Amino acid sequence: MTRLKPLVPALYILFVMLPIYWLLNMSFKTTNEILGEFTLWPREFTFDNYITIFTDPTWYMGYVNSLVYVTINTAISVTVALPAAYAFSRYRFLGDKHLFFWLLTNRMAPAAVFALPFFQLYSAVGLFDTHLAVALAHTLFNIPLAVWILEGFMSGVPRQLDETAYVDGYSFPHFFVRIFLPTIAAGIGVACFFCFMFSWVELLLAKTLTAVEAKPIAATMTRTASTSGYELGLLAAAGTLTIVPGAFVIYFVRNYIAKGFALGRV
Amino acid sequence: MNKTVNHKAWFLVLPVLVLVAFNAFIPLMTVVNYSVQETFGDNTFFWAGLIWFEDVLHSERFHAALVRQLTFTFTILAIEVPLGVIIALAMPRRGFWVPVCLVTMALPLLIPWNVVGAIWNIFALPDIGLLGQMLNGLGFDYNFTRQPGAAWATLIAMDVWHWTSLVVLLAYAGLVSIPDAFYQAAKIDGASAWAIFRHIQLPKMKRVLTIAVLLRFMDSFNIYTEPFVLTGGGPGNSTTLLSIDLVKVALGQFDLGPAAAMSLIYFLIILALSWIFYTLMMRDEEQ
Repeated sequence: MTRLKPLVPALYILFVMLPIYWLLNMSFKTTNEILGEFTLWPREFTFDNYITIFTDPTWYMGYVNSLVYVTINTAISVTVALPAAYAFSRYRFLGDKHLFFWLLTNRMAPAAVFALPFFQLYSAVGLFDTHLAVALAHTLFNIPLAVWILEGFMSGVPRQLDETAYVDGYSFPHFFVRIFLPTIAAGIGVACFFCFMFSWVELLLAKTLTAVEAKPIAATMTRTASTSGYELGLLAAAGTLTIVPGAFVIYFVRNYIAKGFALGRV
Repeated sequence: MNKTVNHKAWFLVLPVLVLVAFNAFIPLMTVVNYSVQETFGDNTFFWAGLIWFEDVLHSERFHAALVRQLTFTFTILAIEVPLGVIIALAMPRRGFWVPVCLVTMALPLLIPWNVVGAIWNIFALPDIGLLGQMLNGLGFDYNFTRQPGAAWATLIAMDVWHWTSLVVLLAYAGLVSIPDAFYQAAKIDGASAWAIFRHIQLPKMKRVLTIAVLLRFMDSFNIYTEPFVLTGGGPGNSTTLLSIDLVKVALGQFDLGPAAAMSLIYFLIILALSWIFYTLMMRDEEQ
């Protein structure tokens, strides 16, 4: 039993990696080879698909656009969530529990329900096809999540810290920025990770709110199906590249992952 | 922890309130507005009362999509949660392999959802996909683009691939927070592996597991992009989940009234079910 134990995660990792391997394998093949024969390893190893993506602005700008709105979204979500999470973790106030649940309900709202009204709303305020529109739209589900995560971390910090600081004559903003935020740095990291993750992977709203200027990479990819037949190799290369930023982010938070996912107070 | 009563805390919540309200109230009101009106497409609207709601509630198409949605959600919960716990229990607690496991397992979580659909599409296609070739090579007659059963199996496999890691990471986080002293005490008492799981590990994982179930429940109910890219809701309507049906009605047929009514009913169902989960979770916490 104990000897077989490492087998479980090993098999699972194999299951996780197989489809990714297939994507990677396909991205180095020509479209002819993909459609013509079945090979476990590219026969004519080619970088053409990647070269196309890195030299064609309509392709690589997709990555830039996605990264821009994801960054703006993460910055906004975490910044406004910090004071709110502090309020929820430290104070009892009129309607606090209902407010918290109401925030969570927005995490539940199906994006499909909001697609059309969002399009109309952001067109009306003149933000359609801007990075800011997507960033703001994604705060709908990222702010509630960030508040939830940060509240957990903050509740893990003893109140005595706050009280001592006030006795020592710190003002609230000074205490909050200088003392409190550094103590929950791990929590902020985890909140950023989650905001990045959910904004990066969302497509429906991002696609609805953009046309040309801020078009996300995921929407650019749907183009391969329409223009010149089905360019599977190109699609696979583009897909592979969408994994890269995520892999980077995980690498940076790898030491916090185990602790951080516990949302602070297990 | 005792919290002090301070109504000024509202000021700290205000920025969140304003942003979320902008994104939630106005679109929601737009939806409510559509749901009670009829339009003939030239931007003139007529009061329609509750007919769309009656239509949707009596429509067999909606019932069928709802049944498919519930089947999907409960199937993936029944697979992902136990599987995630088993994997987390079997993972090493320290050493070189910990970050390797965590990073590779977290990978599917950070892939854009349409790419997840595309990956599984090319992975499972019977002619060019690794999985499709393997299954057909083993003698199965497998073609998810034509067989509803195979389409369902592929859809479930995709979701398990995509999201089990979230359960693993959460459960693992719960497990590593258990002090070694607990295990030593259990060893002295001669506790069996099952007893350790039942009385030490499971209680410690309870909170994170509730979070995992809640998140997986909400997100699987909202799932749209992955099945849309993988099967497009087909073959036929066999994998048309609620969101896919909704978008078909709203953007495909441009029936704003019925689509809006459907959105609201759909939203209310999620709200009600999540409220139940949420109250159960909070009650446990207060104990």
